[in-house]
Amino acid sequence: MKIFVPRDATACALGADDVAESIREGARGRGIDIELVRNGSRGAFWLEPLVEVETESGRLAFGPVTPADVPGLFESGFPGPADHALTLGPVDGIDWLASQQRLTFYRAGWIDPVSLDGYCSMSGYKGLKRALEMSAQAIVDEVKESGLRGRGGAAFPTGIKWQTVLDTHADQKYIVCNADEGDSGTFADRLLMEADPYQLIEGMTIAGLAVGATEGFIYLRSEYPHSKWVLEKAIARASQAGWLGEDIQGSGKAFRIELRIGAGAYICGEETSLLDSLEGKRGLIRFKPPLPAIEGLLGKPTVVNNVLSLGAISTILAKGADYYRHFGTGRSRGTLTVQLSGNIRRGGLVELPFGATLRELVEGYGGGTASGRPARAIQVGGPLGAYLPESLWDVTLNYGALTDIGGMLGHGGVVVFDDTVDMAQQARFAMEFCAVESCGKCTPCRVGSVRGVEVIDRVIANQDRQFNLKVLDDLCETMDKGSLCAMGGLTPMPVRSALKHFPGDFGA
Amino acid sequence: MNSSAVSLQEIVDCAVAEHQGKIGILMPVLHSLQEKLGFVPSEAVPMLARSLNLSRAEIQGVIGFYHDFRTRPAGEHVVQLCRAEACQAMGARELELHVKQRLGIDYGETTEDGRYTLEPVYCLGNCACAPSLRINDGIHARTSASRFDELIDGLDAQE
Repeated sequence: MKIFVPRDATACALGADDVAESIREGARGRGIDIELVRNGSRGAFWLEPLVEVETESGRLAFGPVTPADVPGLFESGFPGPADHALTLGPVDGIDWLASQQRLTFYRAGWIDPVSLDGYCSMSGYKGLKRALEMSAQAIVDEVKESGLRGRGGAAFPTGIKWQTVLDTHADQKYIVCNADEGDSGTFADRLLMEADPYQLIEGMTIAGLAVGATEGFIYLRSEYPHSKWVLEKAIARASQAGWLGEDIQGSGKAFRIELRIGAGAYICGEETSLLDSLEGKRGLIRFKPPLPAIEGLLGKPTVVNNVLSLGAISTILAKGADYYRHFGTGRSRGTLTVQLSGNIRRGGLVELPFGATLRELVEGYGGGTASGRPARAIQVGGPLGAYLPESLWDVTLNYGALTDIGGMLGHGGVVVFDDTVDMAQQARFAMEFCAVESCGKCTPCRVGSVRGVEVIDRVIANQDRQFNLKVLDDLCETMDKGSLCAMGGLTPMPVRSALKHFPGDFGA
Repeated sequence: MNSSAVSLQEIVDCAVAEHQGKIGILMPVLHSLQEKLGFVPSEAVPMLARSLNLSRAEIQGVIGFYHDFRTRPAGEHVVQLCRAEACQAMGARELELHVKQRLGIDYGETTEDGRYTLEPVYCLGNCACAPSLRINDGIHARTSASRFDELIDGLDAQE
């Protein structure tokens, strides 16, 4: 009998390793023969550790299970049909999951993430097999037609980036996966890497075929030790099985992937800073142009894509551009992966076609705040995204609609705060974070963020209020217009939105 | 040259050999050194400079840029507290006060007995079950002041 206990970082942070051990012991003690599989998480983190038992009629779910619950579970009949408070019924019947439209996270939770057989049994490598039969231009065209836009935050059309790299002649080109997911409130990249790493490896390989690159790098942040473990294993196994290497599945085409670990610098999530870091340097922002697509890693044409963008590639190639395109609205095609976090009752990853509103997600899926107090502010799009008051929660979550209300969708992070939040402190923190993490290359960001903290402190203390508010506004304008990259350029977004929508929190 | 300098040279040579041929070799080499020694000793900088054909300033610049690289030994256990927004929304600011008080140190410091080093971290990707902290390689979700005390008491009991 197969029993599944996730190995994902959040599941482990909630005791999944101990739960797995208790289940092994419990089964041994009762003479029950089990095969314990450490699967990936489904992203329903509010139910973690989510234990599943394979039966003839599908998988039965139990959760959230703590190690202390395990003896009681066995006593009530587990792993057979158990009458226990933690019984959730068939995993397919959990509405929170069943009502989602999973394309990128289709396999998440179903398989042992490092099992190649598991991956292939769920349509894995179909996209690459098809890509191996296609010309480079045909692959790029397929991606263009899908309407996929970069999921890292900037939302640049992926196919156009690839076309530039394909059209640029060079003796060596590179594929770089940006797995430096530093935004607070986001964990979709981590979930994908820890639940379905071969999807990323497949997407990168297809990217290599599409632009003529034979070398790939995954730049992973050091804060993700679980992802590191999974990726190391998956890359080794894919290489062993001929899905990576000098001759991919006998096609004569080569592609290799090397895993690189960051060293705790948020700014390295910015693509040019990431490239400098990969080159072994300080992670300083580069001037653009030249674009990395033309002069990237070591000056060579380089595709830099986010984990989710590369993940979507395998679906697009396996099922065709039209299939992917028909999800979504306007210029936001495919699915959106929203990550619900902060003060929320049912936090986790929700994948839906673009089109749902923020309120539907936070109140429907999220179930309101964890504290039970009224929600007051929601930050969308990571630490550089806007704080939105309740009057704006009916906004549709797509790239255009968020921009229209002075925010951004970014990487899809949604952080909920209840009514105990002090928005002046949140604004101050945005500046403080920028001061800590600025690469220091440009003055508006390096100095502006430090001055920003000081000015906000003066406003809160009610010193020369009108004057200091004007100074803060000027400072935000300078950072916005004068910074080299999004770090300094967008730090004003949370600050200004907090000031605009929650002025009462700033002293006076 | 004393014996510890000789062995440091060996460790540096070994780290460089491990990553030979890689592009941007300095970062993986620094990670290897820190994994081995717990920090990157200043004496390693000229050795790396010679071996990688870089200036000492370049190496020092890289070590100084990244939060992860330490130039002094850390305590026996490294406690990283998430300071980012999702954790703030669940009481990380209050937790931070408690942790600093309990350990009697601020960020970047090590307790006098060498047991604990406290560091800030900006997101552990565990935002749906905040607040989060990391002790060595273990991440803990939905922590609180009392949960933190339990974890520390557990570590102290292992002594």
